[in-house]
Amino acid sequence: MASIKGHKSSEMGLHEEVLTGRTQQVFFNPEESENFFYHDAYDVDFNKRTEIDAKDIECLDINRKIKELMSQGYGTIVIKNPGSKHSIGVGILNKLNLIVEGSLGYFGIGSVDGPNVRISGRVGWSCAENMMAGKVVVEKNAGSCFGAAIRGGDLICKGSVGARSGIDMKGGTIIVGGDAGAFTGFMMQRGRIVILGDVGPNLADSLYDGTIFVGGNIKSLGADAVEAEMTDLDVDWLKRKLKVAEIDKKVDFKKMTKIVSGKKLWNYDNLEPSERKGAI
Amino acid sequence: MAKKKKTKKTVKKKTSSVKTKDKGIKTAREKMIGQHIGYRYDVNLLPDYTRITPFLQKYIEHMGWDDLNWLEDVHMGYEDGKPAVFDRNINGWVTTPPNLKLPKDQQDRDMIARELLIKFQMSSNHPLVTLKKAYKKN
Repeated sequence: MASIKGHKSSEMGLHEEVLTGRTQQVFFNPEESENFFYHDAYDVDFNKRTEIDAKDIECLDINRKIKELMSQGYGTIVIKNPGSKHSIGVGILNKLNLIVEGSLGYFGIGSVDGPNVRISGRVGWSCAENMMAGKVVVEKNAGSCFGAAIRGGDLICKGSVGARSGIDMKGGTIIVGGDAGAFTGFMMQRGRIVILGDVGPNLADSLYDGTIFVGGNIKSLGADAVEAEMTDLDVDWLKRKLKVAEIDKKVDFKKMTKIVSGKKLWNYDNLEPSERKGAI
Repeated sequence: MAKKKKTKKTVKKKTSSVKTKDKGIKTAREKMIGQHIGYRYDVNLLPDYTRITPFLQKYIEHMGWDDLNWLEDVHMGYEDGKPAVFDRNINGWVTTPPNLKLPKDQQDRDMIARELLIKFQMSSNHPLVTLKKAYKKN
């Protein structure tokens, strides 16, 4: 073990560098006072509302403006005339009600941790990419890579989504009211995807872990994706989640198809050569 | 020549002690890399909302959410034989206090894990606080 005393990281409690695994220490104090804020988060009030007219503003300045308004305590911000600009609303690490009146371009609402976002129009590629927590509702359709690599939170599209939705997702929930394209849940590692409509080819290809629920037809399953039995807990959770998603659609939850990982690919080294061919 | 033999023996002893630490290491591949492959608890377990704690309910209301949101993916796991919860912000495990008695039911254990993680992340003792002080761009 290499000592890292005298380095900045020593102040963080990392006194030794363990080369074979993760360092762990007990920091948690049960007597810690009740606090729901990250240490540098803004204390915003949902009842304090303001608007930004984004018509003649560049996306960088729109994002700066959102941050500035949060620092002033605004908890509800409405963006008007977004004009499908790219990368709007990224990096919000705060509780906030963000309302977008219109459509967003590529990479909208990326890397957020906490806000509730409502988009009245459509979104381009990679909406809410790398989202950590919060709720994002898209009222119309979404492009490809919807919710790419999300870690947590609820991402909802009331319309249909393009290909590779939930690619590489590591947590959270993606809910699609309409149909989904090819390679949905590609290389998914954790989390849940709910699709009420049909799904294109290669659903959940190379699925490592996680669960996918499909209400409509599945064109084809990808490598290592297998059907599983619906449980009562699944049904209860789906009922609750669709209410959260504000999707008013009559669904027979028990008739939905549940897809999970066959867990053959991630135990690849244990397989005989003939089995490997079958898995791929 | 004799010196070389001695060093070889000590290296072998060290590897065997590491192996016995983690009983989850079973396959040849895991033995080779000295680490467990895959999750060691049910990451797909959906939360039972009847077990939600008052603290978590308060947190949900504070954030303006309808349910546990990102905390649905938080479970009580274990690291190095101790109950622990994984903190994605530090990419490491946070062990539970030694005097904390955990219930047997996994759903109840998961609720405690969620509560513990929020308290840890919002604490001024969280490693990211120091990290930000040292490296944050102005």
